[in-house]
Amino acid sequence: MQRFSAFSLFRQGLDRQKGWKNQWRKPDPKPAYDAIVVGGGGHGLGAAYYLAKVHGIRNVAVLEKGWIGGGNTGRNTTIIRSNYLFDESAALYDHALKMWEGLSQELNYNVMFSQRGVMMLAHNIHDIQVFKRHIHANRVNGVDNEWLTAEEAKDFCPPLNIDPNVRYPVLGAALQRRGGTARHDAVAWGYARAADALGVDIIENCEVTGIRRDAAGAVSGVETTRGFIASQRVGVSAAGHSSVVLDMAHVRLPLESYPLQALVSEPVKPIFPCVVMSNTIHAYMSQSDKGELVIGAGTDAYTSYTQRGGLHIATETLAAICELFPQFRRMRMLRNWGGIVDVTPDRSPIIAKTPVKGLYVNCGWGTGGFKATPGAAHLFAHTMARDEPHPINAPFTIERFRDGYLIDEAAAAAVAH
Amino acid sequence: MLIIPCPYCGERPELEFSYGGQAHIDRPLAPSDLSDEEWNSYLYVRANPKGRHAERWRHIHGCARFFNAVRDTRTDHILATYKVGEPEPEIPA
Repeated sequence: MQRFSAFSLFRQGLDRQKGWKNQWRKPDPKPAYDAIVVGGGGHGLGAAYYLAKVHGIRNVAVLEKGWIGGGNTGRNTTIIRSNYLFDESAALYDHALKMWEGLSQELNYNVMFSQRGVMMLAHNIHDIQVFKRHIHANRVNGVDNEWLTAEEAKDFCPPLNIDPNVRYPVLGAALQRRGGTARHDAVAWGYARAADALGVDIIENCEVTGIRRDAAGAVSGVETTRGFIASQRVGVSAAGHSSVVLDMAHVRLPLESYPLQALVSEPVKPIFPCVVMSNTIHAYMSQSDKGELVIGAGTDAYTSYTQRGGLHIATETLAAICELFPQFRRMRMLRNWGGIVDVTPDRSPIIAKTPVKGLYVNCGWGTGGFKATPGAAHLFAHTMARDEPHPINAPFTIERFRDGYLIDEAAAAAVAH
Repeated sequence: MLIIPCPYCGERPELEFSYGGQAHIDRPLAPSDLSDEEWNSYLYVRANPKGRHAERWRHIHGCARFFNAVRDTRTDHILATYKVGEPEPEIPA
């Protein structure tokens, strides 16, 4: 691997930047691997990296039907936070947040992780009660989260409109200062480059079309558009398409896939210093380092794989943004897109073994998987390598729905996500 | 926004409707006789297909009646709508 440093940048400058090499190979698939990861997003590439790095399993392939990072990794609003209510969730998301804090150094790749703070607005008494409950629960779990009055919220984020006479008045906010954003493409590229350097084959344009099982029912490999590839250990990290892939092994999951939309504005000078989220009116926003306002909208009412989403969903979010931040009313939106998110009934993910031996799944991240990328990848690699979960992801099984051990962040958030 | 043909009122915009998830899931007549696995399937496990999906809709801001639709989840094309109690129509590919 060609390491990046101030010195390498200087040296390449002397050579007119002509010495840079491809950051990962484009290998043809081998007939067999010790482990296969299906899905080349941040979660899948990261899992392959940790399989090689932590567990010494280097004969690994990542199979991606399109191009790496072209699914939800490149479609999210890049928000990172860990202020979840339940003990299991707080442990999971804070594990990820701690890994984000060292990720650029770990990968020798600038993922532009910026702990600019995530502020969640309270608009009614119910919000205040819920957020204060979250803050106390977070403190008990060692996760930072603090209450701000409306005035303090405006000090932290000057563009915020705290006029009491608007439709959605701001009554206060919960602030996680360690939260923030990261460059989503860089996360996929950084993991791909680091995994490739450890010997992982990243195979793009290779769609899995079937899962082959031996006489005992265990996984023996995958059928792909580039032929059969053998492996007794297959991990599926396919986000919105997890149901489709797992159906190939007749594993049925408690998932429904919905389009979730986001949009970005034309770029402007730095004006927005943090991430602001409003669950009640379903809008969240930050400003990218390119200057675009990055805005997240809601999911459609119905399940779909279209990667579009209805216009009225985005319109509703923009109306709320204009009310909260009147100075953005005349901004033009440049791009609007959808990603397919796999939602579980309790809005918590599944990182687990499946009933099929050798088949593992990391799915159900719903509308909030990006923030967990390093943690989920690390725990999924552990589960695949050891054939048993890490204590942090042990509660996040498929069987929790059958056994009644839901981790009900859906009820905890009281909104769609 | 989808244009949805309500079997009672005709074509109306999606905003008049609410979605009811996968169709043709019967509530068990004797829930207490079910195993945990069967109850789990009834409550939580869904088909979630990439393709044709039979699903419930309710024309909440119209006639307020429930009906079923077959929609292709790859395109969001609604291939048919039919009344509750009727079988899923066979639609040639």
